[in-house]
Amino acid sequence: MTDCRKSFTAELLRCARADKDIVAVTTDARGSVTLGDFARELPGQFVECGIAEQNAVGISAGLAHSGKKVFCCGPACFYVARSLEQVKVDLAYSGNPVKLLGVSGGVAYGHLGATHHSLHDIAVLRTFPGMNIILPSDGRLTERVVDALIDWPAPVYVRVGRGETEDIYGEDCRFEPGKANTLLEGDDITLIGTGETVWHCLQAGRQLRQAGIRARVLDFSSLKPYDAEALEKAARETGHIVTVEEHSIFGGLGSLVTEALSEHPVPVRILGIPDENAVHGTSRQIFHHYGLDAEGITAAALALLKKD
Amino acid sequence: MDSPSLSLKLAAERNRLRLMEIIRNAGAGHTGGDLSCLNMLTVLYEKYLRIDKDHLDDPDRDRFILSKGHCAEALYAVLESRGILAKETVDSLGQYGSPLAGHPLHEIPGIEVNSGALGHGLSIGIGMALAARMDARSYRTVVLMGDGEQAEGSIYEAAMAAAHYRLGNLIAVIDRNMLQISGCTEDVMALEDMRGRWTAFGWEVVETDGNDPAAILATLEALDTAARHPHLVISHTTKGYGVSFMEGVAKWHHGVPDEAQYAQAREEITRRIKALEEEIR
Repeated sequence: MTDCRKSFTAELLRCARADKDIVAVTTDARGSVTLGDFARELPGQFVECGIAEQNAVGISAGLAHSGKKVFCCGPACFYVARSLEQVKVDLAYSGNPVKLLGVSGGVAYGHLGATHHSLHDIAVLRTFPGMNIILPSDGRLTERVVDALIDWPAPVYVRVGRGETEDIYGEDCRFEPGKANTLLEGDDITLIGTGETVWHCLQAGRQLRQAGIRARVLDFSSLKPYDAEALEKAARETGHIVTVEEHSIFGGLGSLVTEALSEHPVPVRILGIPDENAVHGTSRQIFHHYGLDAEGITAAALALLKKD
Repeated sequence: MDSPSLSLKLAAERNRLRLMEIIRNAGAGHTGGDLSCLNMLTVLYEKYLRIDKDHLDDPDRDRFILSKGHCAEALYAVLESRGILAKETVDSLGQYGSPLAGHPLHEIPGIEVNSGALGHGLSIGIGMALAARMDARSYRTVVLMGDGEQAEGSIYEAAMAAAHYRLGNLIAVIDRNMLQISGCTEDVMALEDMRGRWTAFGWEVVETDGNDPAAILATLEALDTAARHPHLVISHTTKGYGVSFMEGVAKWHHGVPDEAQYAQAREEITRRIKALEEEIR
């Protein structure tokens, strides 16, 4: 079990010790981002903005424009709502390569309610030309994402959750923007996850295997750019797809998949949060409520295959 | 008036003449605000900003952000006069496929960041000013805002942060022409006491006659950018300045002159240019 926030900030601190151009910006969120060690050890590379996301994103743009490798970090729900215009204009439109780390994304804040949920971020940011979107699926992959981000010459939004997540990868973990990782091979159906839903897809894939169904499991941590080739291959070779996202069913991973396959469609079942404010509960309870855990994904996969 | 002041005034009038031509050719523009900030832009680019047109990516260049991005035409006129933008490029404004938009774009030589959504520039300027400090560079960052823009709340997040970080290398300018699209700023959303508000945030506030290039230059040159506080210049201007029938009239916010109005504007400005040339001679 690993906390992706801690994986991110530990790797960032390790890199920043050797590269004085790496700067972390935050909005009274050094605790929730887990940037405390960074702030203490490298105060000259740390910019506190107080609770002011619009200003933080603008400042980050100015720093990046002047050659700094900027990681602007705070709760996903605020950066992709309150400061959305700054993300659109000052980062994406202006081409300033700020790395925006949204922590406690999706429904990770659980009981705190919809003010603190970010279930629209993928849908909105996908439409900004020049913006990239990464939802790492475990701690090791998060570290590799940080390494890829440092010299990535474009703005990138990275969303992680909050608290411990299951480990998926070993030491040989690789991350390449625009490439999906295949976690299970199979040719009956494909389960595609992004972020923390990937582990649940993997569990579902294993359960399906016991029922004699060979499910392919793809890790779509890189959502923009995404792996069009792996997607087309999955559609062609397995004929059925279930997408699973901690996001609205509108505009996210499921939409991406169905848009991409619109000229060669196969049955796709989109699992996510429906058009309602998420039920109150822990992140795990919310996942279960909406069928985003292994049990729900397995049931959805069986239903899709049966329907066919 | 001494000779440098006359020359500066002449440069501004020439830019004004070109500005009217750009707006007329494009068939669009934020004419009133263009005219009110044109003197400031002229002084900045003629005399204040350390920008080498042959090394626009010099890391030590001064940074300029037109936060009131809708006044892009005025910036284009000034960048052209400094040899940074080609005339053919500027002439393409308003045409299908032009590289220029009605708001600044960073792909255009001499323009640092895209602007046009109000209330963004000062925050970006803080980032640039902080980067200068981190890298021990001596460049200065100047952000030009509109007065109507001052209703955007993000500006006050930035005002707090610039004072908190004691950014003496940051200069904000407010083009105080008293008018916005719907009318007088004080009727739409009162901005006074502007000096008091910014002073309370921890800024050094100075005021200048923004219609007088020599006064603008004297004000800018007196700023101590090694100080431990950011600087605000309230530049008192007239919306539509330099074209008699546009001065102080809100409808010229984005009004475009017809042929007769363009001819009159041109005549007024040309007359002043000739008089200044005569005086300098």
